[in-house]
Amino acid sequence: MNQQRRSLLKYSAVFGLMASAGLISVAQAEEWNKAAFEGKSLDDVFKSLGTSSPDKSAAVTLNAPDIAENGAVVPVGISSTLKAEQMAILVEKNPSTLAAQFFLPAGTEAFVTTRIKMGQTSNVYALVKADGKWSMAVKEIKVTLGGCGG
Amino acid sequence: MSDPMRVRATEKDGIVDVKILMKHDMESGQRKDASGKVIPAWFINMLNVKANGKDVFNAQFGSAVSKDPFLNFKYKGAKGDKLVVNWIDTKGDKRTDEATVS
Repeated sequence: MNQQRRSLLKYSAVFGLMASAGLISVAQAEEWNKAAFEGKSLDDVFKSLGTSSPDKSAAVTLNAPDIAENGAVVPVGISSTLKAEQMAILVEKNPSTLAAQFFLPAGTEAFVTTRIKMGQTSNVYALVKADGKWSMAVKEIKVTLGGCGG
Repeated sequence: MSDPMRVRATEKDGIVDVKILMKHDMESGQRKDASGKVIPAWFINMLNVKANGKDVFNAQFGSAVSKDPFLNFKYKGAKGDKLVVNWIDTKGDKRTDEATVS
């Protein structure tokens, strides 16, 4: 009887540890960059990313359609020949300029694809940070039907 | 609890191609309901992917990521790697799913 109780205690201690370990790893992830995501203009977001104006670079490629029929689902991808540490997708005319930011540890390719919402036709910026410096590519995506309002 | 994610990971020439489809409404805070009231923003804002316990990808989303977010990225890895995908939304809801690289 006592033996059973002991092993039960041991198991619950192990599970407790596992759970707290899981929680810790989540808490350790980078904090959500509230200031950057609330930026209302390109300059706001550039500033919160720690750059004044990134250079246009042929090493950064923005893979996106010329025309998006449905602004609620616009496939956008970034790839780069640089050793990217961070990437970001910015939509100039959206209510919040920054759509998404990605953090790539060493060993992860400079490649990401996702889907974003666009309120209207706008320039879309793909930013890549490599060696502490931001570079970018720009493309205008025409939106037939906006994806932000109701 | 939210619906599970779909995670697919395949290895080719030492590069693992990971595709993740999350299930989430991703309310932008811009939409209005039938009575004209603004529906408050509610979206996944952080995502973390680990392979064999090591970070391979972190993302932060704003409100402009589409409903049921999709992600595709690549990292150097091998068949059999254990992937753990975690996300948190702006209400603090969490979801974790696992997949094995094939």
